[in-house]
Amino acid sequence: MFNNFFFIGLPYAALTVLLVGSVFRYYRLGFKVSSLSSQFLEGRELFYGSRPFHWGVIFLFFGHATAFLIPRAVILWDRVPLRLIILEVTALGFAFSALFGLLMLIQRRFKNKRLWAVTTKMDVFVYIMLLTQIISGIWVAWFAHWGSAWFATSLTPYLRSLFTFTPDVAIMAQMPLSVQIHVVSAFVFIGMIPFTRFIHFLVYPFAYITRNYQVVIWNWDRKKIRTSGKLVNGVRSKNN
Amino acid sequence: MDIRSQIAMVFHLDKCIGCHTCSIACKNIWTDRKGAEYMWWNNVETKPGTGYPSKWEDQDIYKGGWEKKGKTIRLKGAGKFKGLKNMFHNPNMPVLEDYYEPWTYQYEHLFEAEEGDDQPVARPVSLITGEPITPKAGPNWDDDLGGSQEYARKDVNARNLSAAEQEAMFQLERMSFHYLPRICNHCLNPACVAACPSGAIYKRGEDGIVLINQKKCRAWRMCVTACPYKKSYFNWNTGKSEKCLLCYPRVESGQAPACMHSCVGRIRYLGVLLYDADKIEAVASCAEHDLVEKHLDIYLDPNDPAVIKAARANGVADSTITSAQNSPVYKFVKKWGLALPLHPEFRTLPNLFYVPPLLPTMAFVENGSYETTSESFWGAIEKSRLPMKYLANLFSAGNEKTIETVLKKLMAVRLHRRNVTVGDLPEDEVNGPMNEVMMDKDTADAIFRLTSLPLFDDRFVIPAAHREEAMEMLESTADVKGNTGFGFKEPPKRGL
Repeated sequence: MFNNFFFIGLPYAALTVLLVGSVFRYYRLGFKVSSLSSQFLEGRELFYGSRPFHWGVIFLFFGHATAFLIPRAVILWDRVPLRLIILEVTALGFAFSALFGLLMLIQRRFKNKRLWAVTTKMDVFVYIMLLTQIISGIWVAWFAHWGSAWFATSLTPYLRSLFTFTPDVAIMAQMPLSVQIHVVSAFVFIGMIPFTRFIHFLVYPFAYITRNYQVVIWNWDRKKIRTSGKLVNGVRSKNN
Repeated sequence: MDIRSQIAMVFHLDKCIGCHTCSIACKNIWTDRKGAEYMWWNNVETKPGTGYPSKWEDQDIYKGGWEKKGKTIRLKGAGKFKGLKNMFHNPNMPVLEDYYEPWTYQYEHLFEAEEGDDQPVARPVSLITGEPITPKAGPNWDDDLGGSQEYARKDVNARNLSAAEQEAMFQLERMSFHYLPRICNHCLNPACVAACPSGAIYKRGEDGIVLINQKKCRAWRMCVTACPYKKSYFNWNTGKSEKCLLCYPRVESGQAPACMHSCVGRIRYLGVLLYDADKIEAVASCAEHDLVEKHLDIYLDPNDPAVIKAARANGVADSTITSAQNSPVYKFVKKWGLALPLHPEFRTLPNLFYVPPLLPTMAFVENGSYETTSESFWGAIEKSRLPMKYLANLFSAGNEKTIETVLKKLMAVRLHRRNVTVGDLPEDEVNGPMNEVMMDKDTADAIFRLTSLPLFDDRFVIPAAHREEAMEMLESTADVKGNTGFGFKEPPKRGL
């Protein structure tokens, strides 16, 4: 019953909310999609918080994604014990980097009155959410280690079962409490993306990498209209 | 040839009296809002001085603008690699302290204070936190040199002056200053546009105004770093960047922007320039000593039949071409060569030009007495109160020859007019300077007229945009008849 709620109901609810909510917010409340940077109000301490936090979280995200998408490759890598240890230690290092950054960010926000002026209830929720997620993750890494190895054989099938609409909670039910908390909090996190500043990572500017540096926008491109193939000889275009 | 039209400006610094009316007009219309209190899209600085934000010209600190790299240019502190790498914390971004903490006064306290022995006072409180603060800086804190030389001595433009030149400049008796009103330059090669990872900042094709799409801005803050003039500001409340929009709703309907309309000294001119967009990259990448010359070369003669033909083929409206032919900016910048861009070495090709201030030495202290005699009527240009090198650092990327020519022209006009109205100068004292800059009497009279006696319509020649057509391109206007308007009608509320 609880298992069905937390490991079937919650994930599907979260993913649906993520999909519908983000699209709605992006198209209907576009003005409110922003990373809400606070560097302008406080610049120095942000460096020690934001950088370790973001780089840590990005590495961990791609680590989890790799184990989910190509479990075979991860298992092959883990066959040599030294490589397994290197992977585990690196991942844990990034987790501590993210935790350190987050703690710096939290103390910075609570200490500074200016930042308090731009802090919403949702920002406090975001901090609680991230703390739960990172601490439970470190707990898993510490007490249920060699995660990169067992993730591929236990969590990947569970997650895959969700995406193929044949949810199977048998594996999750047997998992230790730390893993269960980590998974549940992850899905709450996903579901809250459209309602918090988490939305900013969905609008990461990938397009910048390939676009021209300069952007020129024409409201009224006379040249285009004049040379348009749609115009029939002798017929005035609607706008001309 | 890719001919486009650009709304360009000239500010005549000799006429600026530093009254800040422009700043107030702008503030009242655009930035009197939460999160924007500290922004001055239009500000007036005293030079020499550190300006607003403090030391904005020092690109060793802020890394704004472009720098030459081999045969081309690259953004100094932003760009695809640096921008995305520094997204989480931008090391070169100015913060609130570099501008100032906006404040108001507790006026209510004057009325509501309890009866007591002391007179109630209105304490200054921060507009961000609401806590009492002691203001320590403001947008024009060093106005009129701020009562000391401290600000003037920190001026970035005086850095490469020799010790003797600096001493001469700061001698109390010779201390002089001029004002520098600044708005967004609406550059041809804007660094803010190039640095914006979201692609929210763009240059409008029709008139070249640079705008920020508030719906697309994601607060990556790279424009604040990249703009070497620090004219892109971060709204701390909405989490969006904002900048001068040249009052585009006014310009589109043929009216002058608020700062220009309200200018008391009538120092501001606005008009159309036609330019060749194909040349932008080559011009922005040229050697530093050629920058001003090449930059001015990009603007084309609107009376040349070949230019008119190419402009029409490119979709420039006839009304715009007519405006370009009557443009006061074209006269100052191209025809007479009197106006120069501010800090061309930033390589953004700004479209705001300045007629540099003529500050001849009228008198000096010698042996303890105030000496007012000089060999010529206004003294020589070389004896300008501000060192030529200093003005060259501001307006011609260090090229003293360029600035000297402009000042000589301005002086020639004055001598000529003195001769016309008073007629007390010897013939060769007038003709010599006139011949030196190859100026005839008609030109001198025309410069005088547009400088001293211009009518409103001489100063602002703005073609109204054909927005009625543009709107029909986007949607059928009949469908929204009776509705409240077009477009973006969301209140500017901070996101979650």
